[in-house]
Amino acid sequence: MLTAVGSLAMLGVTFGTLLGIASRYLRVDENPLEAELEALLPGSQCGQCGFAGCKQAASALAAGQAKPTLCPPGGRALAAALAERLGVSVDLSDTEELEPEVAFVNEDICIGCMRCLQDCSSDALVGGPKQIHTVITDICHGCGKCAKVCPTEAIEMRPVPITLANWHWHKPDPRQYMN
Amino acid sequence: MQEYLLLLVATAVVNNVVLVKFLGLCPFMGTSNKVDTAIGMGMATTFVLTLSAVLAWAIESFLLVPFELAFLRTLTFILVIAAVVQFTEMAVRRISPVLYQTLGIFLPLITTNCAVLGVALLNVQEGHTFVESMLYGFGSALGFSVILVVFAGLRERLALAEVPAAFAGAPIGFVTAGLLSLAFMGFAGMSAG
Repeated sequence: MLTAVGSLAMLGVTFGTLLGIASRYLRVDENPLEAELEALLPGSQCGQCGFAGCKQAASALAAGQAKPTLCPPGGRALAAALAERLGVSVDLSDTEELEPEVAFVNEDICIGCMRCLQDCSSDALVGGPKQIHTVITDICHGCGKCAKVCPTEAIEMRPVPITLANWHWHKPDPRQYMN
Repeated sequence: MQEYLLLLVATAVVNNVVLVKFLGLCPFMGTSNKVDTAIGMGMATTFVLTLSAVLAWAIESFLLVPFELAFLRTLTFILVIAAVVQFTEMAVRRISPVLYQTLGIFLPLITTNCAVLGVALLNVQEGHTFVESMLYGFGSALGFSVILVVFAGLRERLALAEVPAAFAGAPIGFVTAGLLSLAFMGFAGMSAG
């Protein structure tokens, strides 16, 4: 028993040490800016910016090949944050503030082809072959990929429904108290 | 010398690890879409397989047998393989970032490539010596790489061929793999080993 535990522990420590040394010699210097930009991006890998994922978008931003306004789900707030981090000025007037949306399956038209399930970047769609699919709205982040692949146009993007869980008071409108 | 050469040919061709023993089919199907990727994967697997076969032999002869710990064999071998794969991943990332990107998840998945564990365990089962273990590992890896590249070439042609809709994509890949396997079964008569 002791020999077994001891020898396995010894092996683990030996390999761990060797790998630790190896990782020092084989370190890849990554651009720290890329990691910071990637942390700012939503990280949902929706691909609406035209890049494969948020990591690729971050490296394009760092290399100056993409505009800070590239991320539709991020909206103005993210564009401003990215521009500030990159030290560039950005014109926010042409970016529209998108309302949060989730996918909605029109059950009359859904044929259960499962194409949307394969494209969903957050596994928010559930359903089986030839069964009507549905959306788990808590997980859906509204990238709209499923709406694009749906062959019967059964999926549409709808504003997030207001429920008891996400309802909140409106912010006070200062104009109301001006006069 | 001749004996070693025979062992190498026997493991690489006659007892081909993929097509005759049916080990390591996941990377065989997964990374054979392009010849370039297949070559990269073949080289990474060759490195891992040879090194882990040697290390597994060393651990078996100097640790497991003297201390009567044969029951820990699978566990320790997996530990060895995981460490070697980690090292390979670091090395590939450093040497060729492009290859690192294309191999993606299949690089860390060499850990669970059953060919790697299979070869290490078969070495023990057959009672191979140090040199034999190394040749067995290298021969298997060579066979794996050659088949991977050949199959990738076939699939590149298949991508351009007119395949009936029902067979397009993965199914025709599986059919081709089966036919390739049948062809390799023909070598079985060539060796007693």
